[in-house]
Amino acid sequence: MANEVCFRNMDQDRPWLLEQYRSRGGYEVLTGILKEKRSPESIINEVKASGLRGRGGAGFPTGLKWSFISRNTPGQKYVVCNSDEGEPGTFKDRDVLRYNPHQLIEGMVIAGYAIGATCGYNYIRGEFWEPYERFEAALEEARAAGFLGKDLFGSGFDFELHSHLGAGAYICGEETALLESIEGKKGQPRYKPPFPAHFGLYGKPTIINNTESLASIPVILEKGGEWFKALGVENSGGSKLFSISGNIKNPGVFEIPLGTPFSELLEMAGGMKDGSRIKAVIPGGSSAPVIPGEQMMELTMDYDAIAKAGSMLGSGAVIVLDESNCMVKVLERMSYFYYEESCGQCTPCREGTGWLYRVINRIETGRGRPEDLALLDDMTTKIAGRTICALGDAAAMPVQGMLRHFREEFEYHIAHKRCLVG
Amino acid sequence: MGFKNVPMSTAKPSENKESLFDSKLRAEIDKWIAKYPQEWRQSAVMAALMLVQEGNGGYLTTELMDKVAAYLDMAPIAVYEVASFYSMFELKPVGKHKVCVCTNVSCMINGSDRIVEYLEKKLDVKLGQTSKDGKYSLKEVECLGACGGAPMFQIGNKYYENLTPELIDSILDGLE
Ligand SMILES: Cc1cc2nc3c(=O)[nH]c(=O)nc-3n(C[C@H](O)[C@H](O)[C@H](O)COP(=O)(O)O)c2cc1C
Ligand code: SF4
Ligand code: FES
Repeated sequence: MANEVCFRNMDQDRPWLLEQYRSRGGYEVLTGILKEKRSPESIINEVKASGLRGRGGAGFPTGLKWSFISRNTPGQKYVVCNSDEGEPGTFKDRDVLRYNPHQLIEGMVIAGYAIGATCGYNYIRGEFWEPYERFEAALEEARAAGFLGKDLFGSGFDFELHSHLGAGAYICGEETALLESIEGKKGQPRYKPPFPAHFGLYGKPTIINNTESLASIPVILEKGGEWFKALGVENSGGSKLFSISGNIKNPGVFEIPLGTPFSELLEMAGGMKDGSRIKAVIPGGSSAPVIPGEQMMELTMDYDAIAKAGSMLGSGAVIVLDESNCMVKVLERMSYFYYEESCGQCTPCREGTGWLYRVINRIETGRGRPEDLALLDDMTTKIAGRTICALGDAAAMPVQGMLRHFREEFEYHIAHKRCLVG
Repeated sequence: MGFKNVPMSTAKPSENKESLFDSKLRAEIDKWIAKYPQEWRQSAVMAALMLVQEGNGGYLTTELMDKVAAYLDMAPIAVYEVASFYSMFELKPVGKHKVCVCTNVSCMINGSDRIVEYLEKKLDVKLGQTSKDGKYSLKEVECLGACGGAPMFQIGNKYYENLTPELIDSILDGLE
């Protein structure tokens, strides 16, 4: 049941080529829509029926997001794809760009048709040169074959698509920072509301979706929303790409139905490395609170199961830690990341991420004080929910998760000035 | 609603744009400008800075940033803001090869500390510095979205994954 959607072509020899994509019916959904002049409402309804939730991290229902655009307001509208992929542990969109760029292009053109946009941008992180080149080559092929440009297949519908390269900034994955970045500015998130559906790129109505979300669209419309939904479980329709890394034998990206037991995913990834034992799992990218290994082995990979365990599915980035890891060191590294990547607009985030890092760093280096854990608890509540964007929460949540499940390791560090492990 | 969104352009477009860069570079920048609405030339600022940086041995100078500003009808300060915000822009000279090592969690628990140590010794340079012969800079970077190949680094446009000391030797020996 794996590899049904974004990875359905992974058995092909050079799946990124137009000819190979078309050999499996690629672009037929799009041409069908254009020839039948299918109504945009019916497309949006099909996406709604699929239960597809945004694959970028927040899990917002994609069909619902599209319905927020008022199609009939005159003027330009935009479709923007978020290929910034910066959440530590996530490396799936890179594979969509490298191995299935045409499915993403087809999904973006369909999205444009559904919301009445004639222009799209794919924001690719600046370090992703190879994926960018693959995507550019696919754009050229699609343009030459008439899937992009003016009056597509005589339908009167125009759609042009461009890539925009980032230049190194995690915060540009946040949707409004990403829009600012395309506008040639520093990537600093905007206040919301107004949301991008009303005031987006260049101030125009815009939908912004993750690479994997948009690449899922052609398959959803080909096989039907109900089919997609039935791949997964209640509240978590479809299959999803999981990037799994850490102390495991065969790290990689796997497409599996939502609701698959974590233990099966771990097995697909070859199990633990060198017979080591599982200690903990970060189930949805570094912003997601950690879950102890034994508990994780009982969970299924879907939005509700992971949320019930006090964490989140996020972007589907699973980091597996074995028993040799010191949790203080792991948390210190994660906190450094948020400190480094805060855009600096809001005081709780700009100052708070630095404080968190410095306090965890002093515990790690044997200078911790008995009151430090209470201080960390207190700081996280003063950052989370008090900032312009969710990076503040993303910095606070891993600290809260670690202190909830591995507090004794931190206490040991403070009392003995060294690790409990190793 | 009171929200406005206009380019931070200069009052008067600069003249003689042809004199700012050679024709090849202008053609490259113009390709990017053409992707965006006409009044939003500044959307090409990141691409333009990247091209200019590449043509200048890997780093930007104030003079070059001023030229980019003039070419895109931007205020110079707006260009400096962009150049200092994004981590891939360098405002000081760097080595011929910039080795960007990821030390984020997945790489860390797969031994990125040892990779950094090995590189520091081999290249005789500390993290964040450039070797005396100007050949290498060693830079710590955040997750590069290739955690499945941890530990990894990037040199130029290329990712190198599943690093070991032997592999590092062969990669670096292959560079000019
Ligand atoms: C700090 C931060 C970083 C983010 N990084 C990414 C990212 O790299 N890729 C992504 O698709 N979404 C990222 N997001 C989520 C986006 O803001 C947005 O929710 C998403 O792109 C919407 O697409 P989706 O509904 O298809 O998931 C990030 C959010 C925050 C707060
Ligand atoms: S929460 Fe942090 S990253 Fe987000 S806008 Fe505020 S300062 Fe910037
Ligand atoms: S943690 Fe190193 S590439 Fe992601």
